[in-house]
Parts: sequence; C-alpha cells; structure tokens
Amino acid sequence: MRSHLGGRLLQVLPTVLLVSLLVFALQQLMPGDPAVVLAGEERGDPAVLAQIRSELWLDRSLPVQYFHWIGNLLRGDLGFSWRIRQPVASLVLTKLPVTLQLAAMAFGVALLIGVPAGILSAVKRNTAWDYAANLIGLAGLSTPNFWLGIMLILLVSVKLGWLPPSGYVPLTEDWRQSLATTVMPAFVLGNAIAAILMRHTRSAMLTALDQDFVRTARAKGLSEWVVVLRHAFRNALVPVVTLGALELGTLLSGAVLTEQVFSIPGFGKLVVDAVFNRDYPVVQGVVLVTACLYILLNLLADVLYVVINPRLRDA
Amino acid sequence: MRRPIFAVLLATVLTGTAHAQTLRIALREDPDILDPTLARTYVGRIAFAGLCDKLFDINEKLEIVPQLALSYEWTDPTNLVIKLRPGVVFHDGETLDAAAVKYSLERHLSMQGSFRRSEINVMDRVEVVDPLTVRVVLKTASSPFVSQLTDRAGMIVSPKAAEAAGKDFGLKPVCAGPFRFVERVPQDRIMLERFPGYWDAASIKLDRVVYLPIPDSSIRLANLQAGSIELSEQILPTDADAVRSNSRLRLVTSDNLGYLGITINLANGPRAKTPLGSDARVRQAFELSLDKAAIIQVVYNGLYTPVSQGLSPSSPYYAKAVQPRERDVARAKALLKEAGAALPVPVALTVPNNPDQRQAGEIVQAMAAEAGFDVKITASEYASALAAANRGEFEAFTTAWSGRVDPDGNLFSFMHSGGALNDSHYANPAVDALLDQARDVQDVAARRGLYGQVVEQLSKDLPIVYLHNPKNVVGMSARVAGFRPVPDGLIRLQGVELAK
Repeated sequence: MRSHLGGRLLQVLPTVLLVSLLVFALQQLMPGDPAVVLAGEERGDPAVLAQIRSELWLDRSLPVQYFHWIGNLLRGDLGFSWRIRQPVASLVLTKLPVTLQLAAMAFGVALLIGVPAGILSAVKRNTAWDYAANLIGLAGLSTPNFWLGIMLILLVSVKLGWLPPSGYVPLTEDWRQSLATTVMPAFVLGNAIAAILMRHTRSAMLTALDQDFVRTARAKGLSEWVVVLRHAFRNALVPVVTLGALELGTLLSGAVLTEQVFSIPGFGKLVVDAVFNRDYPVVQGVVLVTACLYILLNLLADVLYVVINPRLRDA
Repeated sequence: MRRPIFAVLLATVLTGTAHAQTLRIALREDPDILDPTLARTYVGRIAFAGLCDKLFDINEKLEIVPQLALSYEWTDPTNLVIKLRPGVVFHDGETLDAAAVKYSLERHLSMQGSFRRSEINVMDRVEVVDPLTVRVVLKTASSPFVSQLTDRAGMIVSPKAAEAAGKDFGLKPVCAGPFRFVERVPQDRIMLERFPGYWDAASIKLDRVVYLPIPDSSIRLANLQAGSIELSEQILPTDADAVRSNSRLRLVTSDNLGYLGITINLANGPRAKTPLGSDARVRQAFELSLDKAAIIQVVYNGLYTPVSQGLSPSSPYYAKAVQPRERDVARAKALLKEAGAALPVPVALTVPNNPDQRQAGEIVQAMAAEAGFDVKITASEYASALAAANRGEFEAFTTAWSGRVDPDGNLFSFMHSGGALNDSHYANPAVDALLDQARDVQDVAARRGLYGQVVEQLSKDLPIVYLHNPKNVVGMSARVAGFRPVPDGLIRLQGVELAK
C-alpha cells in the first residue's frame, strides 16, 4: 500500500507539468487578442497595444512566455492579474476558502440526501419508497442548476424574503450571514450530486445485498439494519467513495453557473471572468491549483479505500 | 403557523440588518483596477464617482461645472489656466494644491500603462503658477481638452500615496472624493466609507457605499426586489415594468451619451469588397429597410431613441437637421436598382453574443430581407469580435459606444481617416478637415455648425448605420432620495440619502 501511495505521489509532478503545458497551449487557441481586450476603448491606438504586449511579454515567442511563467511558478510566483493587477496567488487564496466552504456544504447536502436515499431505495426495492427515491433522483439529475437557482431566489428571497438572493460573506466575518448566503447555492449544487450519489449507492447496495456474506449475516440472526449498514453498506462504499471524490473535485474546480447566479466569488466565477477578459495568468493559476486539488482528492480516495476495505491493504 | 415561525427563525438566525445609511449598489460587472490612470472599464468609473473627485464635472445638461477646480480660462488657444478650490485635502490628509494637480496630470500622461495618455496627449506641460493655480500648455489647440478633465484624466490622486504605492496604487487608492477606500474583494465587493474631511461634506449623507458586481441582470433585479441592494446601476429595459409596478421600487431613466450602430467595412482589407462596402446607395438602402422604432419596441421595451447620427439627442451638438430615417422599403428597393446591385444583396453581420444585440440582429435580418438583402448573422464572443473588427475580418459589425461628453469623443476616433477606432477605414478628406477644425474652435455655436456638417455628410456615406441612442435605466429602492441622473450614467453620491 505504501509503495502504491509513493508511486501515486511520484506521478504528481509530471501530471502538474503536463497540465501547465496544456493550459498554456489551449489558451493560445482562444480567439481574440488579449492586448485588444485589455486596451478597451483605446484598442485602436497601436502605441497602447504595443505597450501592453511588451509589458505582459506577449511580444515574445510562446516558448519564452511559457518558460518565463514556469520559472516564476517554481519560485512560488503565480504572476499577477492583468485586469485588476492583484497577485494571482492572493486571488487564489481569497477564493479558495469560498470554494471550499461551498463545496463542503454542497457535498454535505449531497451525502445527507443521496446516500440514505440510495440505501433506502435498495433495501425497499420495488416499493413506493424505491419509486419515490428514483423519482426524486431523476428530478435532481434533470433540473438545470441555473434554473433551480433562479427559481429558489424568486421563491425564497423575493417572495418569502427569508434569505439574501445573492452575494457572499466569509465565515470568519459573520457565520450567520455566511450560512445565509451559501445555503441556497449549496442546496442547488448538492441536489444534483445527491441524485448521482443516490443512483450509485442504490446500484452498489443492490449488488452487495445479493452477496453470500449478507445472507450469512442474516442467518447469524443480526438485525436487518445492522446487516444493511455494517455489512452491505460498507462493501458498497468503495464505488461511492470513488464517485464522491470525483464529484467533490468537480465542486472544487468551481461551480460556474451556480456561482454566477448567486454571485458567489469562488473559483468558477474567477476563471470564467478571466477567460472572457483574456486574463491568462489568472486562468493558468486557477486551473493549476484546481488540478493539484483534484490530484490530492484522488490520493485521499486511495487512502479511504484501504480504510473502508482492509482486503485492499495487501493489494 | 409553521411558515411564519420558520421564516422568523431563518431571518433571525441567518440574516442581519444592513447599516441604516449604507447604500449597496449593484454593478453589471466587476471593475478593473481602481487607479484612475490605469483603469479602463465603465463600471470602474461608477466606483470612482465615490472615490475620486475630478477637476471638473458635468451636469444634467452636459455643461462643464467646477469640482476640484473653481474655474478655467483659455488665455490663448494652447494655454489653459485652472484655478483650484482652496482647503481640499486627500484621504491621507495631504493638501490638494497645484503641485498635486501637476503630479497627477503628468502621471496620467507619462506613467507606463496609462490609459489616459491618448485622452490628454495633446498636453505639452503643466506649470505651477501659484499654490492654487496651474497652467496647462497644449502642443496644439484642442477645444475638447477640458471635457477630458471631467472624467478619469481629471482625477487628482495623492502624490505621496501614489509615490509610495507605485503600480499598486489601485489596490488602495487615495484621492479627494467624498468616500475613502475601505476594502475590495475581487468579484464580490468594493467598500467605501464617508470621508469626514471632504471639501463638500455637507452634501454627503451616507456613511458607507458598497459596490457589488452582479453580472446577471435578472439576479440584479431579484436583489433589488428582495431589498438586498438599494440601487442597480443598470436595469434591462425588458425588466423596467417589473420595477415600475413595484411600489417599493423606483425607476429612473435618463439620456445616455452613447449609441448602438452597425459599422460597415468600407476599406479595411479584402472583406470590404462587398456591395454594401462599395456603394453608399446600397448602405442607404440598408438603412431605409430598417424600422428602428420597431426594433426598439421589441428588444428594448420602447425605452430607447432611434437616431441616424452618433451624437446623443441630449448633447447640445446634436444635429437636429439629421432626423432618424423612417423605414421606406420602396425607396430602398429603388436605390438598390439604381446601384445595379444583384439581388439578394449578401450581408455578413457579426453581432456580439448577448441576448439583446442578437435579437436586434435577427430583426434587422428579417426587415432587410424585405428590401432585398440576405443578412447572415454570426454571433461572436465580444473579445473575438473586437479583434476581428480591428483586423478587418468583418463586413458589418454591431457595435456599441458608451459615449463621451464632447462630440469629438463620439466622432473623431471613428470617422477621421487617422482615427484610432476607425475599423471601417472610412476616409473622407472633407470630414477629416471638419473634424480637425472643430478641435481648434472654442465657440460652441461654431463647433455645432462644423459637427452638423460632419453628421450630414456621414448620414450620406454611412460608414456606421446608427440604430439607437440608449437610455440610462437605473432601478432603486423607493427609500433612495436625492439621486440626480446625468447622461454619463455615473452614480453621483452627493445629496443621496436613504429615507428611514
């Protein structure tokens, strides 16, 4: 197991380098000249364009630009935003807690709804419970986030006046306001993931419940819920953890539409604005950090497999 | 009982109340850097209206009025003497004097990356005459120069703070406006607090101002309806009725300085070789095929004003002789016949990929078809479309201009053969001469005559088919009192207060 984890850790550096190269190469394919975008209504003045290109190294060759960026990166410098002139590292550090909070809350919502619904649906197979859980799951999967977000804003904020419609307050500043501003977006995001988790939990539980060890556990006279939760569910958890890690990774990369609807200043909003404004250092920085988070989550999932299923320790 | 209890619990546990005199303003996007020398965005100017006073301002009638300056006088066509207001201090307590004005103007002119340079590059030098008087010496006569000082080029920054911060000045700007900078969380908020040392402190009733970027128009409206903001600087015309019908809200519309038009490629590369680019009669037919009022009715809820010129109807320079062209399909067909154009006349129209301009493009397509045009629409992301227009990779391109106080700002860059934004590559020596001459003349009536001739010629040549002059549509809580709309659309905070 230790060597397996060591091997995975060794893969991190080349993966991150590959991601950096891909991000850099792909954004060169984006149409539109960053200098023209940055120049705004001064875009017709060649002197202004030349000045911007020179200042931002856009007049150098692509390899020079790439190695300049990587060189700075190795010194811990992610560059600065071309648009607002703030260091990318500080932007990422400002947005990371927002995204982490939203992702954690959304994931909490997904787990609280998805996993129990999946278990219930499998245990009560072909009953009204099963059909109800499936129906809710299907609705969660097929409801677009931006639509649900706007509907919730109209109902909960505009009609009922219970919660603020958008915006964000950090947990450290005012925890009540912070929860007030994130509870709706977390529900919207969590709702879609809950549906996926429910479907996977149900399917894994159905497989597990058909296994011999479950029959043995029942024959030993264990109560049905002990059989379900301690024996069947534990075995069904591995695919659910894999899926959970992937979904959490997606949440950490920023929920673009949901952040846009609720004006949450997280990674998604940052990267989309940066793409539209051709603010390359921000795009590169955020994508790299997200890739690192993804890799870390996958490592975490590997560790969790072993905790959940001791047989994997020797694998 | 259940719902009220839940509501009360949620409201008590989760939400707090805003400060009594905190004004929360929703912006359509996040401003760029808050340094008046380096800033570019329109929404940034809205935040600057709270932070940084200018030498001069404009009023509702587009007249230039004093702000940090008391008066100005042209001693000759290239010498501008500006008298400064005494007793003005910056947010850091430093005194605003002639040396500070000289520093700021020179910073705008020479700082690396300055976006003010092209606005004031006619300036040769600034001389300190006495602590409250500066003389600005121009290289050549330029009557629009003073109007440049009513915007960011006229904002005066604290020399001490600017020297200390260098290029990072925009992260914590220090000016002499009614509010001082507190904090900025990018894409989330910009917070300002009242500056007690403001020279016109009596006009400031608010304690704090918070600017919140909310790009989605329906979410801005929802925030306004829910009372989470007090003012939205932009309400879509299609949302205007929702604001009007809400007794707790108020809609304020005012004239705007800009326009929406279709730029035609006349000579910018091979894509100019089209019937539309080659013959003014075809362009006239194209304009005559459009019912601008109908487009405004459908897309903009009837709020905007049809125009056939680049000057706003609110401008004292608006050429009354050039009225918006009415739709006349028969005349359009006759013009196409006269031009010998093979029907249908192909037109490749690029529109920025936003809902209203796309919809306007589709209506143009349907209307022009009736006169014999075959309009093909390409919706393009704005940055890509701009770059393509710059390179001449377009035939017709829907463009919006935010507008400037002086008519020079709406015409010279687009219509002069050496104009920086002349994507069409329109070149007419007579128009060039008139535009140059209008820069030299100070007298308003004489300039009006010159711009009148320019506009008349342009309405025949049609390098841009103007569609409409928009309106500033601002939505606000009925509690907001003292708001004064000005055609530049900026939210001036002097006199604004929140009723209890």
